[in-house]
This record gives sequence, C-alpha cells and structure tokens, in this order.
Amino acid sequence: MELPESTPRRRARPLRCITRCLVVIGIVAAATCAAASDWGMGAANSRLAPPDMFNPVSTPAYDIETLAWFAIAVCAGIALVVGALLAYSIIRFRSRAGDEEREPPQVYGSNPIEFAWTVVPLLIVFVLILTTARTIYTVEAAIAPPNAIRIRVIGHQWWWEVRYPGLKIVTANEIHVPVSDPAHPTPTFLDLESADVAHSFWVPRLAGKTDVIPNRRNTMWIEPRRPGVYLGQCAEFCGTEHALMLLRVVVEPRAQWDQWVAAQQKTAAASSDRGRRIFESTACVNCHTIKGTVADGRFGPDLTHFMSRETIGSGAAMNTHDNLRIWIKDPAVIKPGALMPRMNLSDADIDAVAGYLESLH
Amino acid sequence: MEQEIALSAREQAELPLLGRLHEWVVTVDHKRLGLMYIGGGLLFFVVAGLQAVMMRLQLAVPDNHLVPPQVFNRFLTMHGTAMVFLVGMPILTGYFNYLVPLMVGARDLAFPRLNSFGFWLWFFGALLLYFSYIGGDGLYGAGSAPDVGWFAYAPLTERAFSRGNSTDYWILSIFLTSVGSTATAVNIITTAFCMRCRGMTLGKMPVVVWLAVVVAFMMLLALPPLSAAQVMLLLDRFAGAHFFDTQAGGSALLWQHFFWIFGHPEVYILVIPVFGFASEIIPVFSRKVIFGYQVMVAASIAIAFISMGVWAHHMFAVGMTPAGNAFFATSTMLVAVPTGIKIFNWIGTIWGGKIRLRVPMLFSLAFLFQFMIAGLTGIMLAVAPFDWQLTDTYFVVAHFHYVLIGAIVFMIFAASYYWFPKATGRMLNERLGQVHFWLFLIGFHLTFDPLHFAGIHGMPRRIYTYQPGRGLEGLNLIASIGAVIQALAVLVFVINVVYSLAWGEEAGPDPWDAWTLEWSTASPPPEYNFAVEPEVYSRRPLWDLKHPDDPDWLYE
Repeated sequence: MELPESTPRRRARPLRCITRCLVVIGIVAAATCAAASDWGMGAANSRLAPPDMFNPVSTPAYDIETLAWFAIAVCAGIALVVGALLAYSIIRFRSRAGDEEREPPQVYGSNPIEFAWTVVPLLIVFVLILTTARTIYTVEAAIAPPNAIRIRVIGHQWWWEVRYPGLKIVTANEIHVPVSDPAHPTPTFLDLESADVAHSFWVPRLAGKTDVIPNRRNTMWIEPRRPGVYLGQCAEFCGTEHALMLLRVVVEPRAQWDQWVAAQQKTAAASSDRGRRIFESTACVNCHTIKGTVADGRFGPDLTHFMSRETIGSGAAMNTHDNLRIWIKDPAVIKPGALMPRMNLSDADIDAVAGYLESLH
Repeated sequence: MEQEIALSAREQAELPLLGRLHEWVVTVDHKRLGLMYIGGGLLFFVVAGLQAVMMRLQLAVPDNHLVPPQVFNRFLTMHGTAMVFLVGMPILTGYFNYLVPLMVGARDLAFPRLNSFGFWLWFFGALLLYFSYIGGDGLYGAGSAPDVGWFAYAPLTERAFSRGNSTDYWILSIFLTSVGSTATAVNIITTAFCMRCRGMTLGKMPVVVWLAVVVAFMMLLALPPLSAAQVMLLLDRFAGAHFFDTQAGGSALLWQHFFWIFGHPEVYILVIPVFGFASEIIPVFSRKVIFGYQVMVAASIAIAFISMGVWAHHMFAVGMTPAGNAFFATSTMLVAVPTGIKIFNWIGTIWGGKIRLRVPMLFSLAFLFQFMIAGLTGIMLAVAPFDWQLTDTYFVVAHFHYVLIGAIVFMIFAASYYWFPKATGRMLNERLGQVHFWLFLIGFHLTFDPLHFAGIHGMPRRIYTYQPGRGLEGLNLIASIGAVIQALAVLVFVINVVYSLAWGEEAGPDPWDAWTLEWSTASPPPEYNFAVEPEVYSRRPLWDLKHPDDPDWLYE
C-alpha cells in the first residue's frame, strides 16, 4: 500500500515544465508590452520617486514608518523562530526507509509547554498594542496650530477638487503646499469630502490614507519637510476609472508657494479669441469654471489656471499639446469611462480650444 | 433490510444515464449532497480562477489594453464574490456534509431534506450571479455583471451609480446562498449534538466535527447582518429607502459596518474548517495523536469569539476616533494568541513523529508555513497606523490570498487527496499529485510574494492598469507568470481527478492507516454509512482497534 517516498529526480519534472512556461509567458508578455501605449507617463513618473511608504518626507508618515519597522522586526523574529522550528521538525522527524513498522510514541499534550506558548505571544501582543495605541493618538489627536494651511479636498468620480478656503483658490488634482520648517512648523490640514461615492486620499510619502466618504467630513494632516513632487492615488474602489484617479502634491519652499498662491488668485487673462468663443458656446461651460468668463460649471475641474498643472485627466496623461488635443477630441481614448463626453468638435475647433486652454497660465 | 439495500444497489446500476442523473437531483443523502457542493464549488473555482488569470494578464505590463476597465471591474467583483460564496463556502460545507455524519457514526445529517433544500438554494443562487452576464443589462444597457467590488461599498451600489440590474443579481445571489448556508449550519449543529454514536461524548468528537460546530454557530451569527444589509440595499434600489443613499442623507459607513460584521467572521468561517482538516491530516501522516486536543478546540472557540469583535479593522482609514481604532487594533491582535497556539500544537504533533511525505501531507506542511506568514502580515495590518498605509493596497491582496490560497486552498487540496479515496474508492495518482503540489506551490509564491512589495510601493488594489515608471513593472510581471503557473497546476489536478476516477488504484476502506470512524466503513461508504451503529471508547476508535494492547482510552 505504501508508495515509495518521492525522490529529487521526480521533482525535476515540474521545474522543466516551469522553464518552458516562463519562456512562453515571456513572449506573450513582450507582445502585449509592444501593444501597450504610454501617454508620456513613463518618463514623467520615473522622474518622481515611487510612492513608497518607507521613504517618508512628512511627520505622520515618519511616525508610521518607525512603528512599521518595529512591527516588521517583531513579526520577522517570530517568523524566523517558528519557521526554523517547523523546518527542523519536518527534516528531523521524516520517516526513514525500513522504519515504518512501529508507530512513534504517542504524546497527548503537555500543560506547561502549552501554557508557555500561550503566555509568550500574549506578552508580545501586549507590547505591540501599547506602541500601536501611542502612534494612533499622536497622529489622530494632533491639533491644528493657528498658522496651519487649510485645504478642502473633494473627491469626484474620477478626479480631485482642491479648495483653499482662506485663499479663495480652486484647483484640481495637484495640491501645492509649503514645506514645513521644524523650527516654525506650518503643517497642512486637509478636510476630505466626497461629491459622489467613497474614495480614499493617499499620498504614501506624506501620510497614511484617509477615506473620503460622502455625507461625512474626515480630516488629516501632513507636515512635509522636503520640497518635491509626491505621487498619490485614490485607494478606495470608486468605479470604472478608479485606476486613473491620481494626484500630485507639490511641496515648495515658502517663497515659491507664496508666488503660486498669488498666481492662482488672479483671474485668467481675458482673451477673446476663437477658442474661447467655442469653449463658451459649447457644453464645456456646463461643467468647467474659468474665472473671469461665463464658464462657471461645477461638475468638472476648474480650468482657470489649467496650464499650471502638469497632467490632465487627474494624472492620466501629461499635459502636452498632443495629449490635450486627444483629450478634447475624445477623453475615452486616454481614460475610457471618464464622465467628460466627446464634444464632436472639428479638428480646427479642437486646435482653437486647445490653444485657448494653453493660454490659461 | 440487507436484501432491500442489495436490490436498490442493483437497480441503480441498471438505471439509464438520465435515471442516474435524476437520482442525484432528488437525493437527500448527505454524501451525494456533499459531493455536489464540492463539485459545484470546484466548477466555480475554475471559472473565477480564470477571471483572476485574465486580471493578472491585464496587469502583467503597465498601461495594458487587453481588458477594458469595466470588464476588469466585473472580473474583480465576480472573482471575489464567487471565490467566497460560490467556492469557499460550498466546498467547505460540502466537506462537512460528507464528513460529519461519517465521523460521528450517524447515518445521515439530522435534516436530510433541509440539506437538499440548502444545496439547491445555493446552486440556483450561484447560477443567478453568473446569469447577470446575460440579464444584468436591464433596460438601461448599463453593463452586464456587477462591477462594484465584492464588498460593494455604498453608495456605489445605489441606483445613481449602478444602473441596470447587475447589482440586483449580486444582492439576490448572495442572499440565496446565505440562506442555504444557514440551513447547513442548523443541520451540522443538530447532528453533532444529537446524533453521535454510542460512547462518543463531546470530548471524544474528532477535531473536524468540533470545528464544524464552531463554524456553524459563526454562520448563524454572521450571516443575518449580511442578509439584512442586502435587503436594505434592495429596498434602497427599488422602494426608495435611503439607508445607504448618501444623496438623500443615508450613511455610507452603515453599509461598511454591516458588511464587515459579516465579512470578518466570514474569513474565519472559511479558515476554521481547514484547521480541522489539518488537525486530521497532520496527525495521520505524522503517525501521532493530535497534540493538546482540548487546547486545539478551545483555541478555535476563542478565535470564533474574538473574530466577532474585530470587524472595524477593515475600516481603520474611515476616520474612526483614536479610541475606536485602538480598540479594534487590540481585539485584532488578540486573535494572534489562539492562532499561535494552534500552529505550535501542530508543530508539537509533528515533533517526534514519523512524517510520511505523501501529497496530503505536503499540502498540509505548506499550509503551516504559509498560514504562519499570513498570520504575521495580519499582525502588521492590525497595527492601525501601519494599516493606514497598507489598507486597500496590494499588500492586503497578498495577505488575504496567503490566507485564502496559501492556507485554505492548500488545505482543500490536502483534504481532496486525503478523502478522495473514501468518497470514490480510488486513490488520486501520487505522481500527478506531486506535480500538482510543486507547480501550485511555485506559482503561488511567484504570484503573491511580490505583491506584498507592490503594495508597499504604492499600488492600490482594484486598479485595472498602472502607469510605467513607478517601479511596479517587474513585480507585476512575476505575479502574472505565477498566476499562469497556478492555473496549470489546477489543470493537473483536474486531469488527476478525471484520470483517477477511471483508472486510479483501488483504495480499500482505510488507505492511509487512519484513526477516525469514516475509515471503518467501505470506500465509497454505502448509503446507510454503517451497517451497525459503531461504539467508540476514545477519540481514535480505529487506533484502539489496531492497537488493542495500547488503546487510547487508557491515556485520554
């Protein structure tokens, strides 16, 4: 009845299969790669450091990183000890050939040993709970100092509306904040709301994520210490284009941020060219606002300072002339499922509208 | 009596194909219903698994256009929903259906007709979910299958955001399969409490049966909130109620609470049965009695209790108060203590044994390693501030696939190799089993080990594409290759089942030299299970029979 024990030779067979599979899959993947397109995001994203939570630049993310390393160290320690014990017992107690006649001694349990491996985990858990609770309170119970920057971020399907209530600035998908000097901290406090379904605001290098839930106002804060552009993304499934609901946080030295604020507070240059007439006489104005014009829609992103943003479609593509033309012609090419419809403009009209939008600095 | 049975057996053999199929449809036999649950579950396992492979192909390279976003979102919803309600639940209740009466020495479950009713509710509920691909459009032409994610966060499921009928199919399907599961739960509890054979006190029940009872109680407690929430959502969608309709003042968080009050115990409803399988298979292949029987059972009951109070650890990022977050972090970490006890006791069982590395044991040993890792990443997720970074990323996806595949599916395969001879009278082929095991092990690790790091590198879950230049390309390509290898491994398993059914080695009643009651009857067992009611004196009746000079009841 007893079949012979498996031998290493027998295991070599699946490995050969796997090698073959790898080759086939590699070819398929390469072919798909060739068919994939890229709206200039590869180069753009490569310039940004990956949104890696273990490379923090802001206070809550620092706190989380410290705690995370502690938790990882504890878990890795447990994994090593238990894994080694398990591996040892498997190797040590394998049945040897010719030794199958007698059953091994039967051991039904041992109270002292079982007591020990109940108490030790309890102690470890106790320590982890205390450190966890401390960080929870440090991050969540923080109170905004009077000089904190206040921002309202409103999640939409599938873009971010960004409002600076005190500064009367409305923008989208790219948040500018000043760097915070540890000597005179100027943290940024964000109120998070949603216009439709649940989203989640997540810029890993600045802070953990906070859900953006309709009918509810959540708050979170960041205190970035280093200037730079930090990539973020919606982290709660919110429908068709959840994947392309990205955002960028631009952390600037205070002086540069003040300049950005001043520029954003101006209304757009009032040109009266053809592109503007087309924009104002089509359905564009139902959804978009351009301050200083008749366009005052609230459903889509505010375009008053469109050219101050690096990307279009909430980070779906770089804000280049070609991408902008494709977007105006048919947003679904770049972001299938996006709620902006095709406007059915002629090529000449598209050029004119693109030209107008590109004048909105 | 004997004559009658012989007659019905002969009649059955002579029935034409249609007649034999009819026998399966009208059956109330726990073994047939159990096999139908398992067979149906495996069917959906293949379907939902292929949907996962499609998703992995789409994510193999950045900016891929293989699967359009909405189709991808349907895949992820159907994959998740099907794997929980159409695969995990039926396969595990199928095993309980099959094993519980045999293991307690009964002739059937307490309520055979209720059992059949439960199965057919599950079966048609399951069909309803996939029927949405045909019927989900409704009058709106608004898309076929549901695309709201398996936990379907409100208000994405409301009429305003989910037109057509796809979400309604999702609601009704889950509602029906839950009713079916409730029927099974009632049956298992009654059978285990009232129909044990002579001599089998509660303290002598096999661990599998104990855990079946624990899981049955959990189903009775956890499924009603889910069903209630589904009814409320249906009222929202059809009767203008506003439970979750945020545009009319409803609460999106209410749905999350309802769902996870069900959803977290559900994880344990899926994993505790495989603890039971491990507690049968590891002792038999180590040739040792389970180490610390009482503690193993007590730890499972403790896990069941604690798991009822941990649901909001799925919601650390929704903006709970610090006290709320600390409470749920604490309760979640406490689960680690009884879980640790179980792992140590399994090691204690192996220690000093004579391990036979047959296929069921290979899967069980891989389960031990993978379940330990899954538990430890679970502790990392329970550290609430760490979770603010990790939640809703691929780290979570990797973590729960370590539980659902690394632990549950591995143990389901172990149980399949272990009990297949009992159910069919034939052994599964050992050599194909080895190929299956190694392919599946390698594929599993290629897929899910890199995904932990994809999550740490900022890859949210449920995205149909990602952009190049973010350091995610290599990890995702490896994961996709692993997914294909896993699919090949499952193909090997299917081939093995088909091959062994026809040409497998004859098993005999007790091929593994095991100790519980099911191995004392023929393989496959006759319809009445046992010709005479067995009488037991210890937890391992067959050990006592095989070792009359050294029986268990002297020591227990």
